Amino acid sequence: MISYEFDYTRPDTVEAALDLLDDDSKILAGGHSLIPALKLRLSAPGKLIDIARIPSLKGIKMDGNELVIGAAATHSDILESDLIKQHLPMFAEGAALIGDPMIRHKGTLGGSLAHADPSADWPAMVLAAEGTVVVQSKTGTRSISSDDFFTGFYSTALESGEIITEIRFPIPAEGTKMTYQKFVQPASRFAIVGCAALRHPDGTARVAFTGVADAPFRDTAVENAVGDWSEEALEAAVALTAQGMEFNVDHYASETYRHHLARVYCRKALKALLY
Amino acid sequence: MSNKYIGQSVRRTEDKRYITGKGRYTDDIKLVGMTHASFVRSPYAHARVISIDLSAAQNMPGVVAIFTGDDIKATGIVGVPTGWQVNFKNGDTMKEPPHPLLIATGSTSKHIGDPVAVVIAETYAAAVDASEAVEVEWEELDAVTDPFKAAQEGAALVHADAPGNLAFDWELGNPLSEVDEAIAQSAHVTSLEFVNQRMIPNAIEPRAYIGHYEEHIDKYTLYTSTQNPHLIRLLMCAFVLGLPEHKVRVLGPDVGGGFGSKIFHYTEEALVTWASKQINRPIKWTETRSEAFMLDAHGRDHVTKAEMGFDADGNVQALRIKTYANLGAYLSTFAPAVPTYLHGTLLQGLYTTPKIHIDLCGMFTHTVAVDAYRGAGRPEATYLLERLMDLAALEMGKDPVQLRKQNFIPAFNGVSEPGYQTQVALQYDSGNYQGVLDRGVEMLGYENFRQMQREAAQNGKLLGVGFSTYVEACGIAPSAVVGALGARAGLYESAQVRVQPTGKVSVYSGSHSHGQGHETTFAQVVADKLGIPMEDVDIIHGDSDAVAFGMGTYGSRSLAVGGSAIVKSIEKVLEKGAKIAAHKLECAEGDLEYAEGKWTVKGTDQSVSFGDVALTAYVPHVYPQGLEPGLDFSSFYDPANFTYPFGCHIAVVEVDTETGKVTLKRFIAVDDVGNVVNPMIVDGQIHGGLAQGIGQALLEGAIYDENGQLINGSYMDYAMPRADDLPMFELDRQETPCPHNPLGVKGAGEAGCIGSTPAVVNAVIDALWSGGHPVKDIRMPLTPERVWRAMQS
Repeated sequence: MISYEFDYTRPDTVEAALDLLDDDSKILAGGHSLIPALKLRLSAPGKLIDIARIPSLKGIKMDGNELVIGAAATHSDILESDLIKQHLPMFAEGAALIGDPMIRHKGTLGGSLAHADPSADWPAMVLAAEGTVVVQSKTGTRSISSDDFFTGFYSTALESGEIITEIRFPIPAEGTKMTYQKFVQPASRFAIVGCAALRHPDGTARVAFTGVADAPFRDTAVENAVGDWSEEALEAAVALTAQGMEFNVDHYASETYRHHLARVYCRKALKALLY
Repeated sequence: MSNKYIGQSVRRTEDKRYITGKGRYTDDIKLVGMTHASFVRSPYAHARVISIDLSAAQNMPGVVAIFTGDDIKATGIVGVPTGWQVNFKNGDTMKEPPHPLLIATGSTSKHIGDPVAVVIAETYAAAVDASEAVEVEWEELDAVTDPFKAAQEGAALVHADAPGNLAFDWELGNPLSEVDEAIAQSAHVTSLEFVNQRMIPNAIEPRAYIGHYEEHIDKYTLYTSTQNPHLIRLLMCAFVLGLPEHKVRVLGPDVGGGFGSKIFHYTEEALVTWASKQINRPIKWTETRSEAFMLDAHGRDHVTKAEMGFDADGNVQALRIKTYANLGAYLSTFAPAVPTYLHGTLLQGLYTTPKIHIDLCGMFTHTVAVDAYRGAGRPEATYLLERLMDLAALEMGKDPVQLRKQNFIPAFNGVSEPGYQTQVALQYDSGNYQGVLDRGVEMLGYENFRQMQREAAQNGKLLGVGFSTYVEACGIAPSAVVGALGARAGLYESAQVRVQPTGKVSVYSGSHSHGQGHETTFAQVVADKLGIPMEDVDIIHGDSDAVAFGMGTYGSRSLAVGGSAIVKSIEKVLEKGAKIAAHKLECAEGDLEYAEGKWTVKGTDQSVSFGDVALTAYVPHVYPQGLEPGLDFSSFYDPANFTYPFGCHIAVVEVDTETGKVTLKRFIAVDDVGNVVNPMIVDGQIHGGLAQGIGQALLEGAIYDENGQLINGSYMDYAMPRADDLPMFELDRQETPCPHNPLGVKGAGEAGCIGSTPAVVNAVIDALWSGGHPVKDIRMPLTPERVWRAMQS
């Protein structure tokens, strides 16, 4: 297909992008979700504002006791970053499971979070790693905890006129373990179920899922149940997986099976953090 | 003659343009004054057109013309035909309702995407914009998409004049009473109800057409992404538009794959050709990927009950089949032949089964047409037989390899030993079935496998092995035979070998190449037969004005039929060349021998080269009296029989007991496709076929909802096999020559797709039995959830 007609601009700064941003425009980053929507005419913006090459949105850096990933960092940037490998190895592990090399070189972390596909990989990892989404508008910047960011089916706490600029993560303490485990949908290679889990040195955990329900979520019932990480405790935690959720249903996974997979992937993730 | 090229893995000469992006596909062609088409399509699988309002669309910028079904109806054009007639059991002609180019007001759409109007505009974007502005009022009606449900009382009706949605009923084999009797007396009957699901072909190049009428020469040119330009010309001129064939040129430029889906004559081809004359400008239409999913003829889609009876020793006694085959809403070009003469006729398999009967209903449904898709009927037959064979072994506690061996037709070469006459009409040409099975089992290391399987099961891992031995029918086929079976065309091939004055050779073939490597394989044959360098040979195809005629490329027929036509023409070239050579060497023709590109007087060093003879043929100053100048011959080759490749495919899988996910660990394929001209190309064909067959087993399949909406018509939803879904294939070959064509070749294009699917499913079933889950069937594709559920029961 072919999209409706639109204007295309590529500003050099976030400020210039914000000046252009209005109700008739869409932010373009990697474009791997937006461009297909445009071509199928499911989305009809009058203007695309391409932020993928704004220098301040690129890069991965340390800032005090935080690790900062620019919103326009690509999956591949994250996969190859030494800082990520050192401090957030789950992100390198997860990036390698996204799509294929072409997608990884185009798609961005900020784009994935803003789009909030219920099967996307990053949201679960950002939730588990306690990310904070920093957004900028003409009136200033604000920080949104990942716990508050994902609000529903393809919806987030982003307001109109805001652009994600970076995602900040507390640098995990020495001895923190983390993993992302994914059951892949064979066509899209998105997650049918993805589980990101992080184990602090004190034994507390953060466990988040994607693909399971209409939005990614932290599973605090599981987190609270891991206790001493004994086999019994973990099985008890696994049994609590995604309780009370309304499950996604498609031709790859019914409600029953998706719930089963969530438990299986919860177990895989927790067990990966044992040693 | 020389032996320089045949049998060698010569690199494909066509690949340079393909892999450097220099291929020239229909969509690459831009003509002066060219317009663009976009279709207004039914959003419903079954809905009546109440009214069409063009007023808004007509005033959109760039719109050149809009045509509706009413415009087409007014011309008297009825629609596109099918090329094959199957009769009801009672002898009545099958139901063949018209397939209009566009739906007229008051008529109904019969599948999702059925077109109601076409908008032609200066740009594609303008055409799409305006097509959205065409307002159609629809009355949505009930739809049926499943062939079995379509046969039930009260099912929504696709065509008013096809009661019960039955296009035809059909049977083949021994009398049913004899088969019933043999089944009743069998010591063991393995019974299986299954669905051979609907496949979407997914050629990488979507269909694309340019219709170009030129008033000043009163001639039409159609550029089309097709597997058979001449067949399209014949069907379109003679049966759709009523055009004079000599005033229509059909070009099939580079084509990005077809897998069957580009054999058929589609409504859009005829429509752009017709409309081009109405507006006196060229019109291009390239379908979107979404349209390709919806509209390119699909494959398979059988609902089957199969029963195989055995005596107490495991000898097959009888086979009884009842199948509902989905034909879609309209009968596509080969659609009636696929479930009947390309499927029912293969049910002997490689076994000596004495009694066979198939009863089949060809069903109309509110879905796009189902027609030939890589293998076309033979994969369905192989799936049926080979699933039964492995399941019977499990049920009877026998070894699946031994069970096959004891039932195999013994080896026969078709020369000193006769061909094998089946119970289902065909006579196999040559075969050595135990040879391929023995080799496959050897490659597998079968004696160790069962031990490994037991150990794996004890460690919570399920391993399974699945076998599939197949025989198929290629090189379709003697015209007289297919004519008797209902084909409305012959199935020969033509070839012209034009020796240029300098001894270079241009070969004009009716076999279109769209990925198969004809330009290399055919050139290898020509170069060796003439004893000249391959570089001196050019293969020309895909132009109805250049090539005399052609039946096209499908059914793995190109080398067996098209290649044989080339050989016939070469023989004529050499026969005439010998006359010229004899004159030049002042000897009798009988004193000459031809080798390495020259005629030599036997026992002497006197010779004349092929190039010298060619030049003399065109500069005939000193020349045999009465002989015509020139060295240029055409031939038509009509084969004596189908060819019958066969092979053995073995899959080894591991099933994850937690998720049901199947991992294909090994895949062994030992194929016998007769003599091999280019082993690398044959391997490539096998690889591609295996990927598609494995794709059917594990990943692919069209899904319609209750209303006939295609719910997985995108690559986000429809899983195509990718490299990381597949193991490194382990291939070997056996070569049993075809006894009835000059090259001894059988065809390799579909073998991979025919043998592989049941091997994979059998392996999963075997794995589940080893884990204590004795299930008979899991519906394809074997998604993790389906396998997991099978392990829960």
